[in-house]
Amino acid sequence: MSEKRVIFRGTALPLLLLAPQLAVTAVFFLYPAAQAVRQSMFRSDAFGFGERFVGFDNFSALLNSARYWDSVGVTAVFAASVAIITLVVSLALAAAVDRLIRGSSVYSTLLIWPYAVAPAVAGILWWFLFNPSIGILAYVLRTFGIRWDQFVNGDHALILVIIAASWAQISYNFIFFLAGLQSIPRSIMEAAAIDGAGPVKRFFTITLPLLSPTVFFLSVINVVYAFFDTFAIIDTTTAGGPGRDTTTLVYSAYSDGFLGQNFGSSAAQSVLLTAVVMVLTIVQFRFVERRVHY
Amino acid sequence: MTHAFKTAALAAILLSGAALPAAAQTEIQWWHSMSGELGTKLEGLATAFNETQSDYRVVPVNRGTYPESMTAAIAAFRAGEQPHILQVFEVGTGTFMAAGDAIYPVQELMADTGEAFDREGYLPAVVGYYSTAEGEMLSFPFNSSTPILYYNKDAFEAAGLDAETPPTTWDELAEAAATIVESGAASCGFTTTWPSWLNLESFSAWHNTPIATRQNGMAGLDTEFEFADAGLVARHWANLAEWQQTGAYQYRGRGSDAGPAFRSGECAILLESSAGRAAILANTDFEVGFGMLPYYDDVEGAPQNSIIGGASLWVMRGKDEASYPGVARFLAFLSSPEVQADWHQSTGYLPITQAAYELSQEQGYYDENPGSDVGIQEMTLNEPTENSQGLRFGNFVQIRAMIEEELEAALNGSKSAEEAVEAAQTRGNEMLREFEAQNQ
Repeated sequence: MSEKRVIFRGTALPLLLLAPQLAVTAVFFLYPAAQAVRQSMFRSDAFGFGERFVGFDNFSALLNSARYWDSVGVTAVFAASVAIITLVVSLALAAAVDRLIRGSSVYSTLLIWPYAVAPAVAGILWWFLFNPSIGILAYVLRTFGIRWDQFVNGDHALILVIIAASWAQISYNFIFFLAGLQSIPRSIMEAAAIDGAGPVKRFFTITLPLLSPTVFFLSVINVVYAFFDTFAIIDTTTAGGPGRDTTTLVYSAYSDGFLGQNFGSSAAQSVLLTAVVMVLTIVQFRFVERRVHY
Repeated sequence: MTHAFKTAALAAILLSGAALPAAAQTEIQWWHSMSGELGTKLEGLATAFNETQSDYRVVPVNRGTYPESMTAAIAAFRAGEQPHILQVFEVGTGTFMAAGDAIYPVQELMADTGEAFDREGYLPAVVGYYSTAEGEMLSFPFNSSTPILYYNKDAFEAAGLDAETPPTTWDELAEAAATIVESGAASCGFTTTWPSWLNLESFSAWHNTPIATRQNGMAGLDTEFEFADAGLVARHWANLAEWQQTGAYQYRGRGSDAGPAFRSGECAILLESSAGRAAILANTDFEVGFGMLPYYDDVEGAPQNSIIGGASLWVMRGKDEASYPGVARFLAFLSSPEVQADWHQSTGYLPITQAAYELSQEQGYYDENPGSDVGIQEMTLNEPTENSQGLRFGNFVQIRAMIEEELEAALNGSKSAEEAVEAAQTRGNEMLREFEAQNQ
């Protein structure tokens, strides 16, 4: 490999070159994160007149709350479903487009479109489609004898948010998978074909292993997405209901903080949520990445 | 070169001159949550006020739903960017009453600025809701509403029911709803907007049953919920769950999300705020009937009187001193009988002053629009008791969401109605204690 490596002497220049990025990280991540950690140890009134230090009370209240653990469960089901559905569907779509000889750019463009839709709009779109009064999909389901009701039936509501959240993320996955597929050398595939391997066999023995870095990267991204970026979708489709059946951890932090003005608990939830995602990411890098071949 | 410079300088002078009159106007920010027909009407009020004088300019800004605008204003206050006037729904009253120096009590504002203000002119049930225990009015009642019953006369006829007589008791309503569904006149019998307001809060007031101790929270922060104790709420929720199974009742979400189910003709009966009238009349192609809220006729004291909902205007402190006389003048403008009567008649909100009510009567409004006074009749049916004068709880936005969670659990069968009501009471009391601790 003839890689060009630049060696810096001293530390001043590298630091200077990194400074803009470090400054952005400090202002937009480190400072707010420190504020959240600080606020998680206080209790304050809505308008910010009084503040009282309570140590880890906010955390212990959360960990002793059955509702918080319910949210953990909902989040686990939600995040796992979104990550898996998104990966499988977008890989299938990318493989289909990759096999096309003509018109693949048209299909790619069409499949990338949903990514331009804002999450809140995506949420409302699916809310409409499944609305038991006016939704076309709810109507179709009724003809199959399924009385769809996302307002009362918790399973229906959870399915709805999983579909909406997955749909919004498929485009992103699709782009990476398509690029990954197109970078697989044709010669390997042709050699395998000559040896008598059918398309399915080629896919599982050659394509998928060669795509493993992409799959790994996307699975990390999808889990982070499901944990943090799905707030708008949940808010516009189910608002966490019925009951608390679609209240994920990030939605719970929002409703306690913004609707309830319970800033201490909300900050504690954010800190815990960030910690959970950090642990998950570390686990993914430590254990899953070993199976990845670059 | 010099010529171009001169032209530019002249243009600049002209421009700054043109901008002068506008700069002399003091801007008054008004955050509200009215959209659709009501939003248009509200913007009209601001425009009308701006045209009456040239010193102030009221700028209405829609900041989303009631909970959204309230939380946005609280966040803005913490950042020093609050509006002058904020429309807060009745559920937020407890939070804002406890806000101390963040708010400028309206009665004090009127006195400070020398604006005429007659507290006695307001309807007692309305003004009582927004006053301290000592009787000082803290916020300005603007759009007060009360829930009423709307029904689809065409669907009633198609189902063979008497289209001129709305159901008055829950038994009658359940029977009518079942008949409608069975006959195929509509696929859904009835639905409710604002589930907690309709099926717990005003429901309890209407049956003269307490929601909480300390006069439903009006008398102090140490209030405790007791709505589960009488068993009436559990009985009602159990009925709703049963009717949900047959389609007689269909739950269609929180807030006013159920409105479209009635307007589209899917549900034949709707329990909604009297302020839903404008949107309902504008968006339905069937004949709409109006009725009072249903009640359980074996409950002593029912029907009592309904409680108000809607919102009031809170003035926030910390703005430029010169703007407050303008705020006071605007509030005085809003309470004038002509403006109030017009707002009441075109929206379905209650008239907040006696004078506006009388003016509407003189104008023959109620005779020409049968059913438009149902809300007022409900409000004034009986002298309000401690159970029906209103309610005031801290953290109530969150508590209401929690009540709706529990109601949904009862409806989908994951809890029995008793369990759900008990859980709502226990969780509600935890939230009340938390608010009490935060505001001591």
